[in-house]
Amino acid sequence: MAGLIIAESAIFTIFVVAYLFYVGKSLTGPTPREVLETPIFYSICLLSSSLTVHYAGKSLQRGERGPFLSLWSLTILLGGLFLFGTGREWHRLIYEHGLTISTNLFGTTYYSLVGLHAFHVTVGMIMLVIVAIFAFANRIGKEHSPRVEVLSLYWHFVDVVWVVVFTVVYVLGR
Amino acid sequence: MSSNAITIPGTRVEGKPWVETLHEWVTTVDHKRLGILYIIYALGFLVVGGVEALIIRIQLMHSNNDFVSPQVFNRLFTMHGTTMIFFVVMPIMFGFANYLVPLMVGARDMAFPRLNAFSFWLSAFGGLLLYFSFLGGSGLYGAGNAPDVGWWAYAPLGAQAFSPGHSSDYWTLSLLVSGFGSIGTAINIIATILCMRCPGMKLGRMPLVVWLYLVMGGMVLIAITPLSAAQIMLLIDRYLGGHFFDTQAGGSAVLWMHFFWIFGHPEVYILVMPAFAFTSEIIPVFSRKPIFGYPAMVAASVAIGLVSTSVWAHHMFSVGMNSYANSFFAITTMAVGIPTGIKIFNWIGTMWGGRIQFKVPMLFCLGFLFQFLIAGLTGIIQGTVPVDWQLTLSYFVVAHFHYVIVGGILFALFGAFYYWYPKVTGRMLSERLGKWHFWLFLIGFHLTFDVMHIPGLLGMPRRIYTYEPGRGWDTLNLIVSIGAFIQAVAILVFVWNLIVSYFKGAKAGNDPWDAWTLEWSTSSPPPAYNFATVPVVASRRPLWDVKHPEDPDSQYE
Repeated sequence: MAGLIIAESAIFTIFVVAYLFYVGKSLTGPTPREVLETPIFYSICLLSSSLTVHYAGKSLQRGERGPFLSLWSLTILLGGLFLFGTGREWHRLIYEHGLTISTNLFGTTYYSLVGLHAFHVTVGMIMLVIVAIFAFANRIGKEHSPRVEVLSLYWHFVDVVWVVVFTVVYVLGR
Repeated sequence: MSSNAITIPGTRVEGKPWVETLHEWVTTVDHKRLGILYIIYALGFLVVGGVEALIIRIQLMHSNNDFVSPQVFNRLFTMHGTTMIFFVVMPIMFGFANYLVPLMVGARDMAFPRLNAFSFWLSAFGGLLLYFSFLGGSGLYGAGNAPDVGWWAYAPLGAQAFSPGHSSDYWTLSLLVSGFGSIGTAINIIATILCMRCPGMKLGRMPLVVWLYLVMGGMVLIAITPLSAAQIMLLIDRYLGGHFFDTQAGGSAVLWMHFFWIFGHPEVYILVMPAFAFTSEIIPVFSRKPIFGYPAMVAASVAIGLVSTSVWAHHMFSVGMNSYANSFFAITTMAVGIPTGIKIFNWIGTMWGGRIQFKVPMLFCLGFLFQFLIAGLTGIIQGTVPVDWQLTLSYFVVAHFHYVIVGGILFALFGAFYYWYPKVTGRMLSERLGKWHFWLFLIGFHLTFDVMHIPGLLGMPRRIYTYEPGRGWDTLNLIVSIGAFIQAVAILVFVWNLIVSYFKGAKAGNDPWDAWTLEWSTSSPPPAYNFATVPVVASRRPLWDVKHPEDPDSQYE
């Protein structure tokens, strides 16, 4: 998983470089300052989901099935909220401000970067849900802890990427 | 092939139906079988890419030729380059890694066998997808077109407006898919090397092959991914109306060049690292001396890996970057020659005072040494920015990189074939045919690529489908083309050797070369589980310790 994270970090780095290179260079259309609203609540959701998935893993290590199930489900809920929030923001950007991937450089780089991240969150969600299904069927025990940790590591990575994307898009990019 | 059969006299065993053997091979997760699959796949594409090269050379044999149209010519050099890099050298290197790394670290398989199989099939289907473009692609000039934008697919040539239809999409998607396969294999190699070494094999006792594959794996993770990112951006531009490389919307075509070469330069070092590895294994064994300066070799390999990620814009000197950028990349390009030079001195130091056996693997590695040195020097020449302004996009560059890839990497690969074929198949390749292969290929190679520098110096641009007479290029191009055909004959000799020796070669036994690394302790071919008992090593040459218990390496390390 560490190897995969290194590789994925390189992909995200390229998209971040493209975003930063094109900041302020759009010839037309809405600018970040005009249309972006900082998604504080949804970011807190995603970041807390890292905490919950961490404690879920710890519970599983100790064999505490109940706390593991609830913390894991909470992780999924928080991740789902983040995706919902991203969807809401995109809906607003597209229908109220007319910003799409083809509008201008800002649109292209914004949707690519945030979209790539959201894609990785979605894949992570699918994996979390699969684990949840097995967990609720009572098929996951202490002995599966190392594998669950690997998935947690991926989820933490997705979170760290969001911190970077958030900083680049909503803080630096304005 | 992976079972070690003992014949009990007097019994009759029914052969397996061929479909069952086929099924075993298609569903295998055994690293040795996957390694063989990668290598055979790559050899097939070597022949295909070679045919493309021969057609190019026929077209360029004399001025104003019309053997193929300019459109077909563009497709040929695009496919030749893309095939050779992504579907010949990459898979062959991954194939050798798959076969050798677990054996050399004393493991029974790679860390993630199913990921291994998945990565192979991803890469394999990527290649088939690229070649399907000949049948199913569509481009500017009618139906059934392969990509024709060069293997770099520079912006804005790759954009929808300039490459309508789907031929460029075949290029993009096939490389994206096989890129993911490469990343999977790299993860596997790194995990195997870091986590599955046998007891006693500290990092400082690993064979240099393993060290170099560790560096290569790391480089794949951070070099292939920028290409994947750039290709996703290209697809967004082509199909979702994005503007990443669209100058009319304020985008930058130079950005594509940066992203491509951030991938492209480390990529060629990824290709050459295993060649260094094979040489570092073969030269000691055939000089009967351990490698000179093992720690320096490790340090130099890591240094090359790191520095090579900082040289990429030497492919862009004529684009118009400012002089600070040009100077920076010129300096780093020169700098990467230093650890490389250290390695060359160490290989020479290994041979110095040894008892050299001029068997075929050693002949090829000697060729590698000489030719890689020259290739490196022509690279340094082009690292001087004003000189590069004259030589860029000419046949000098083409001569340089073919010198590295064919004269360097391919020679080392041939050496590796002759060296490890006995281990994989249990039979020796014919020395006589091997020497024919070597000398024919050497003569053909030098005819083609030594001479090719001259038209470059005289100003012949690359990627032109023909040229006017009277420029002094005709005879030179003819010689280049003749050399290409001689190389083709040599390759046929090689393929013949591979096939005939499989059935009629001398039986090899465990250790035909009297070598020192762990793979030679197994039978040839090794059993499916590699090692019945996990080996324990105490030095860099575990088999030397076993064969010379009175004078083990562990006393000196």
